Amino acid sequence: MSAHDELIEPRPRGALGRFRAFREERPHLFLLVLMMLVAFFMMDPRTWVVLTISGLAMGAMVFLMASGMTLTFGLMNVLNLAHGAFISLGAFAGATVLVHWLNVQAGEASVWANLAAVLPALGFALVVAGLIGLLFERLVIKPVYGDHLKQILVTVGGSIILMELIQVVWGPNEIPVPRPETLTGAFLVPESLPVIGGVALEKYRLVAVILGLAVYGLMTWVIERTRTGVLIRAGVEDREMVEVHGYRIRLLFLGVFVAGSALAGLGGAMWAMYREIITAHMGDELMISVIVVIILGGLGSIKGCFYGAVLVGLINLYVGYLEPRLAAVATVGLMVGVLMWRPQGLIPVIKV
Amino acid sequence: MSESILSLSGVSANIDQYHILHGVDLEVPAGELTVLLGRNGAGKSTTLRTIMGLTTVTGGSVRFRGDDITGQPTPRIARKGIAFVPENMGIFSLLTVRENMILAAVSGPMDEQRLNWILDLFPPLKKFWNRPAGNLSGGQKQMLAIARAVIEPRELLLVDEPTKGLAPAIINDLADAFEQLKQQRVSILLVEQNFNFSRRLGQSVAVMNDGGVVYSGQMAELADNEELQHDLLGLGLGAHQ
Repeated sequence: MSAHDELIEPRPRGALGRFRAFREERPHLFLLVLMMLVAFFMMDPRTWVVLTISGLAMGAMVFLMASGMTLTFGLMNVLNLAHGAFISLGAFAGATVLVHWLNVQAGEASVWANLAAVLPALGFALVVAGLIGLLFERLVIKPVYGDHLKQILVTVGGSIILMELIQVVWGPNEIPVPRPETLTGAFLVPESLPVIGGVALEKYRLVAVILGLAVYGLMTWVIERTRTGVLIRAGVEDREMVEVHGYRIRLLFLGVFVAGSALAGLGGAMWAMYREIITAHMGDELMISVIVVIILGGLGSIKGCFYGAVLVGLINLYVGYLEPRLAAVATVGLMVGVLMWRPQGLIPVIKV
Repeated sequence: MSESILSLSGVSANIDQYHILHGVDLEVPAGELTVLLGRNGAGKSTTLRTIMGLTTVTGGSVRFRGDDITGQPTPRIARKGIAFVPENMGIFSLLTVRENMILAAVSGPMDEQRLNWILDLFPPLKKFWNRPAGNLSGGQKQMLAIARAVIEPRELLLVDEPTKGLAPAIINDLADAFEQLKQQRVSILLVEQNFNFSRRLGQSVAVMNDGGVVYSGQMAELADNEELQHDLLGLGLGAHQ
């Protein structure tokens, strides 16, 4: 680096300078660490561990649901308010397979038998939501590209239709979702460990965290390392130039939309097993968190979406423990706070 | 004059509700560098965008190697072997230089030999290979834009004002690059305001005014005829570098 570069970007000096640089360059990590530290000093360490794991689990599931929407918005500039319906759809599709398999196995409790029920359930949710997403893009979204007002009207309408169709197929009532034997109960941290010894961690939440991280890793790999990822990032920045290079951006849009819907379905199915009860309108309730997450993270950014989801999950659990009445306020409060600090979100993808 | 690779006949085009081109007739000879001159607002950039299918064509036809490409979708036109470098260069600033090049190599992995030739032509690209393209200077961005256009062999390059806002030294580098492309007999249609640059490179020339082509011929003729320059391009060409 030449002396000239040094003049333009002086390296931060001293602890305070480095702290400021960290805050500005890695706002997502800064906020995450800050939130976890504040919570740590406000509660018993064992409670803190349980809440943190649960918060991460919730964050992982919200991330799955939100990642598709942030891509459709960032890349295609499409406001799909029917995204919640795909969450519900995934939940019902997954629950159907799960109920069927667990009935067939009738109480068999081996790990493999249980996994054999969960994986097809998640896979089915993914496929059903993806296929309906394909139809939805062709029939509902395609005619309204480039017009936000029409997109809002038509996707809200589409959302109502999808949720009514769910009630036609699965009936109007809430449906209980059995959680497979292997995933119920908790995992006990050995007593011998200091501070957190004896803490009970719900198995399902750990699974959710692992699955969420796996999907995040996979998506990051696709976006950062593959040719398709290069195209998606290029499309977020300048659609016309992608076409000028000979790529059919409409196909790319369609692929991303289908992937986004499928991920919403996967998130919905996981949420169904987490809550153990589902309704056709569960997607609408989750949409508030989803929208908060994509705005918080910075539109179009997968990384921002992941950290946004984790932050929302954590604040929900921490505040829910400290002052239950404020839990819902905290999510929106977090968004307002972040937007006042960084109006473009935590990790914005430049959009002029 | 050799055979045309691209010909526009009576092309009219709109941008939104505005009528920008009124019956453009233009021939681009194969294997030559053709310069499109004209004042600001004459319709030069719109002509290039129309060839790429980025405007609404309301009349006339665009033929590329004999095929009618009027009104075809942009990706299909690009796949026929036409590369376009727009006035703003269209660099993906969040992508690295390398990723910009990967994207431009439509048919798969980049050809090693061709890439080396390009990197020798534009050494800064090698230096900033894994840096975000948004950090490049204006001249380096223009180099990247042209590098993207030629990473695969193309039939025709459409380049919109490559010298705009660049320092003379860099303009010289670009001129050298165009000289090499000319030697490879690549057909180029270059929009320019810089007459010296155009005179140095151009083989044939067309001049636009008010949405139509008002003169076309050999560059040598125009370069020797000051009166014609005065008529077509306005006053003070000597100062208008």
